[in-house]
Amino acid sequence: MFSDFPLLSALIWLPIFGGAVLLWLGEERGDAARVTALVVSLITFVISLPLFTGFERGTAAMQFVELRPWIETFSVNYHLGVDGISMPLILLTTFITVLVVIAGWDAIKTRVSQYFAAFLIMEGLMNGVFAALDAMLFYVFWEAMLIPMFIIIGVWGGPRRVYATVKFFLYTFFGSVFMLVSLIYLYMQTGSYEILDFHGQSLGMQPQIWIFLAFLFAFAVKVPMWPVHTWLPDAHVEAPTGGSVILAAIMLKMGGYGFLRFSLPITPDASRELDWLIIAASLVAVVYIGLVALVQQDMKKLIAYSSIAHMGFVTLGFFIAFAVYARTGALDGAALGLQGGMVQMVSHGLISGALFLCVGVLYDRMHSRRIDDYGGVANTMPKFAAFMVLFALANAGLPGTSGFVGEFLVILGSFQANPWFAFLAATTLVLGAAYTLWLVKRVLYGEVANEGVAALEDLNRREFLLLGVLAVFVLLLGVWPAPLLEVMGPTLDHLLQQISISKLVP
Amino acid sequence: MEFQAPVLAPAAAEITLLTLTCVVLLVDAFLSQARRDVTYLLTLLTIVSTAFVVAFMTGEGAQVTFSGHFVNDPMARVLKLVVLATTGMVFLYSRDYLARENIYRGEFFVLALFATLGMMVMISAHSLLSVYLGLELLSLSLYALVAFNRDSGNAAEAAMKYFVLGAIASGCLLYGMSLLYGAAGTLDLAELSARIADGATLSDLWVLVGLAFLLVGIAFKFGAVPFHMWLPDVYQGTPTPVTLFVGSAPKVAAFAMAIRLLVDGLGSIGEAWQSMLIVLAVASMAVGNIVAIAQTNIKRMLAYSTISHVGFILMGILSGSEDGYRAAMYYTIAYVIMATAAFGMVILLSRRGFEAENLDDFKGLNRRSPWFAGMMLIVMFSMAGVPPFLGFYAKIAVIAAAVDANLTWLAILAVVLSVIGAFYYLRVVKLMYFDDPADEPALEGSSVVKLALSFNGLLILALGLFPNGLIAVCQHVFG
Repeated sequence: MFSDFPLLSALIWLPIFGGAVLLWLGEERGDAARVTALVVSLITFVISLPLFTGFERGTAAMQFVELRPWIETFSVNYHLGVDGISMPLILLTTFITVLVVIAGWDAIKTRVSQYFAAFLIMEGLMNGVFAALDAMLFYVFWEAMLIPMFIIIGVWGGPRRVYATVKFFLYTFFGSVFMLVSLIYLYMQTGSYEILDFHGQSLGMQPQIWIFLAFLFAFAVKVPMWPVHTWLPDAHVEAPTGGSVILAAIMLKMGGYGFLRFSLPITPDASRELDWLIIAASLVAVVYIGLVALVQQDMKKLIAYSSIAHMGFVTLGFFIAFAVYARTGALDGAALGLQGGMVQMVSHGLISGALFLCVGVLYDRMHSRRIDDYGGVANTMPKFAAFMVLFALANAGLPGTSGFVGEFLVILGSFQANPWFAFLAATTLVLGAAYTLWLVKRVLYGEVANEGVAALEDLNRREFLLLGVLAVFVLLLGVWPAPLLEVMGPTLDHLLQQISISKLVP
Repeated sequence: MEFQAPVLAPAAAEITLLTLTCVVLLVDAFLSQARRDVTYLLTLLTIVSTAFVVAFMTGEGAQVTFSGHFVNDPMARVLKLVVLATTGMVFLYSRDYLARENIYRGEFFVLALFATLGMMVMISAHSLLSVYLGLELLSLSLYALVAFNRDSGNAAEAAMKYFVLGAIASGCLLYGMSLLYGAAGTLDLAELSARIADGATLSDLWVLVGLAFLLVGIAFKFGAVPFHMWLPDVYQGTPTPVTLFVGSAPKVAAFAMAIRLLVDGLGSIGEAWQSMLIVLAVASMAVGNIVAIAQTNIKRMLAYSTISHVGFILMGILSGSEDGYRAAMYYTIAYVIMATAAFGMVILLSRRGFEAENLDDFKGLNRRSPWFAGMMLIVMFSMAGVPPFLGFYAKIAVIAAAVDANLTWLAILAVVLSVIGAFYYLRVVKLMYFDDPADEPALEGSSVVKLALSFNGLLILALGLFPNGLIAVCQHVFG
């Protein structure tokens, strides 16, 4: 039914045009802007569903492909397509955007249409990042995305928003330009900007190492990996709730996606050579950043640090695959790491998004993010407390929630590489539990701390809907991750094949 | 030797422009101030007719005439059209400003037209002599234009500085040319190139010394470091319409001059000027981007931004390949479009007796006019090289040319410096979007300026989304 319909193009351009319409509506018509934004994001979500239903399982080939020449002189094509890695992330994007639009419904009072326009345009650009199969097209979406995020943090953010947003922009911009030079170098080698052609290009060790490092810099900043993570706590704390949700749920995933799409298949030998670097940085992120999260006084900052620690799991999973393969020579164990990393990405997208929404719910009422200002919230907001406890436990990796699946797979994979890796990685189960449960204890339980808390009203229907939907998915993915694994399976197997074959020029 | 009348057809556009400019000059002399609009309209008509002649009436391929002094080739035609279009835009932006500031006089238009003629001669130059003639016609007109607001002390200072430094640079250029002429015995650029390649010159040393002096002249015209000192002062001191003119079209002419002299004339000693240009390019990108951060005056900031863009243009030229020249040309055209929009924005924000010179005047523009804040956002991000805007592809093309020429280190240095540069462009966006306006008067500019600026901004976006056309044009010129 949808065979000829340019589904991916629609997912990219519909929200962007929606955003343009919002800008045209202007600031006087705030309600019209809200409704338009909701309608556009809902339509985008609905038309993204056929990606899942119509997705052909059992193949690693690109699907829903669109190919048109774009800049003929540089042989750049408008080439879109999805496989098992990118499809779930696109669904995550369209889904989270709907939630973000709903979350901003009452909270945003100034320059309403620009706010929603920025989010819609960003949705289109993010879909573009995941769908692009041409490296230049990918880069255009990747960089263009910074513009709306820059505006979102800077205009609707907190008191130190200017510092945070400039830091965010320059950090990520600086990371990506090296990737740009690498892409151009690869273009010189292959004569095309097709990512799939890059995959097949054999490269010497020296160029591979340089390209790997350039990619690493770009993606490590985005993930963000220790030690280039420092922009994230600032950006998260200052961003409005919607901005934090998009940042945590989707933008961080682009770093992980980049590793799978670029680093691993284009420079497999360099990845194998330098896997210790990533594994070490990831373990530092898991342990050290976990400890840092423990001492935070600001709820958003705590969740931001927890995000870094969890994303450490993602990169650990991706690169532990090399260590496992080198040690056992079998791809089965290596597959665990990749699968775990992917599941962790999707699951973290839902959980961190939900936690930021929870903080947003409190912030809208109390205008404070300091943990000290709360206490005993469960007494006045029982429904909210139930949700927050659920998401906190999911964040800590409780079995039965989606947070458990990814972490368990990665730890299982790490064990095959080196039991010490698994031991260090598993400390997250302790640390994660410590900082999230302590957060819950201090905010939700105990005596009602002050008059502000005593006057709190519980969730309204809109907020209940938001958190409820997320809760359903967190639990569903926790007890029944099979659909997700099934979709990703062939693509990840294909990726494993790619990384197990040396690309060195003989 | 028998005198042969030269074939005039290849120079039809210059002849048209000169004739019509003289008409404008004559007519203007008999007009009262109240009817100055006639001059304005005649000037626009002149630009349009000349562009028409360039586009449709000067033939195909490359034709050399005037005993080898003048060439009309695809590059000349494309660049002339760019110059004419830019000049036309400058007039559209300028009229209201000039009228408001009581400097709405015929001299502005006539001088700008003569400068345009000078640029066209430079673009079509095929000998050392015609390069110099075109350059002097352009420069003398610009000196006068800079000093054109005679009641302004700043303008007089800027003009004086520009004139003295410009005269030195012209002297250097002329000295270099005379050395080359002495060494090779010819003024014709093609002939010069052939003689150097054959080793038929008096001495290699004199050729190299001549080259060094030529480069001084070229670098001065571009405003490349260390010959950039005049640029910020001139930009700041002159009335904004003149800044707009000085900062846009002449860069195209400077690019043409570099290609004519270095590639057409001295292409056979490419390695010699490549290494010199590397120094100029790196210094320009570094100084331009870093010093711009410290500026509080938007015109000075844009001046330093120009210097950094010049570094990128030189990087394309020094790659020494068709791809590199193409990239440099693309970058030049992109730069001119962006610079026109940026200075147009300064003109739009100015009011009677109030020059929107300081960065702070951009504060809260999004509150005052979301549309034009959006346009300026496009211009700033495009200059910073963020996709999907025109400036991004220009940077890509130049970087690709450098990587192709095995200058990957230069490419990496360039992108790092451009990240540093992104900071000051972001600051403008920050002022417009994140800060509150000091006062909130509505924008005054006339609908012509607003339309021109909207067109200019949207052009940057459109050429970013569909970069194919402009790239194909550059492709057509080289290779």
